[in-house]
Amino acid sequence: MVTSATNFSRTGLSDWLVQRVSAVILLAYSAFIFGIFLVNPDLDYAQWSTLFDSTAVRIFSLISLLALCGHAWIGMWTVATDYLTSLQLGASATAVRLLFQIGCALLITVYLLWGIQIFWGS
Amino acid sequence: MLVSIYRYNPETDLKPAMVDIEVDVPADRDLMVLDVLNLAKEKDTTIAYRRSCREGVCGSDGMNINGVNGLACITPISSVVKPGKKLVLRPLPGLPVVRDLVVDMSMFYKQFEKVKPYLINATPAPAIERLQSPEDREKLDGLYECILCACCTTSCPSFWWNPDKFIGPAGLLQAYRFLADSRDTAASERLAGLEDPFSVFRCRGIMNCVAVCPKGLNPTRAIGHIRSMLIEQSV
Repeated sequence: MVTSATNFSRTGLSDWLVQRVSAVILLAYSAFIFGIFLVNPDLDYAQWSTLFDSTAVRIFSLISLLALCGHAWIGMWTVATDYLTSLQLGASATAVRLLFQIGCALLITVYLLWGIQIFWGS
Repeated sequence: MLVSIYRYNPETDLKPAMVDIEVDVPADRDLMVLDVLNLAKEKDTTIAYRRSCREGVCGSDGMNINGVNGLACITPISSVVKPGKKLVLRPLPGLPVVRDLVVDMSMFYKQFEKVKPYLINATPAPAIERLQSPEDREKLDGLYECILCACCTTSCPSFWWNPDKFIGPAGLLQAYRFLADSRDTAASERLAGLEDPFSVFRCRGIMNCVAVCPKGLNPTRAIGHIRSMLIEQSV
């Protein structure tokens, strides 16, 4: 058993599940958005705005945003633990990796809060 | 035939070098890579490599042959070298080189040890032996044949990046071999040791292991079975 303090959830198994479930949610949301474009080729701002006034669309959007954030964290965490290791960077690896991960976490948090403001703000 | 061999003695050389040796290969026969290597060693006796059974059973002569891991003793040169081209031999990637084509397998064995590659059974041993039905025995086919040559594990980028944390395809194939054994009673303990983000889940299913296994085994499928068992147990 290898321990880790920075992965997304409790275990590798739950990270793996979150990665897959979030991917399905993002696929569904992408299909939904592209479907809207496909059905309304001459979509204008008023229609677009009305669409996002609906609570259902907002909830779907927020769930997708949360899925995107979880998906992004697991992905970036995996990249960091693959390439920013002591094998590649020597003694400074842990510091570099932690800084990179803090940067990712901050960026993802900003996107999440900003997204919530866009979808749910007035 | 021109043979290019990776030469490195960490005690005397500053860095590794590829050294070309011209070897006389009989035109009418398709030699194995190990035969060619033996001929090269006749010309330069300082070349170091491991070999023993010369029939793909002991797993000693795993090496990187023209970019692909394999056992030198059962790899015909016709299958790896186009006519007129060089035979290029390097040590298995991702492990420290002891000398020339000989690598230090400690990390590979350490990962193998982690999966407790032996039967664990808490029930009292019967007088003669623990029986197994032919159907249960069949579940071990494609698993027990592994000879631990390390061709698969050293072809896996996840093992290159995290050799101390990711068990690697060979170790995981053996982990499943004991998870699948009807005589083993430690499945849940074994699974508990594998659910972290590295041991199993570093596998991205790129299947290099399947492509290079000299015994034609499928570690990726075994890893998939382990994942399914983890899900069955925990979800």
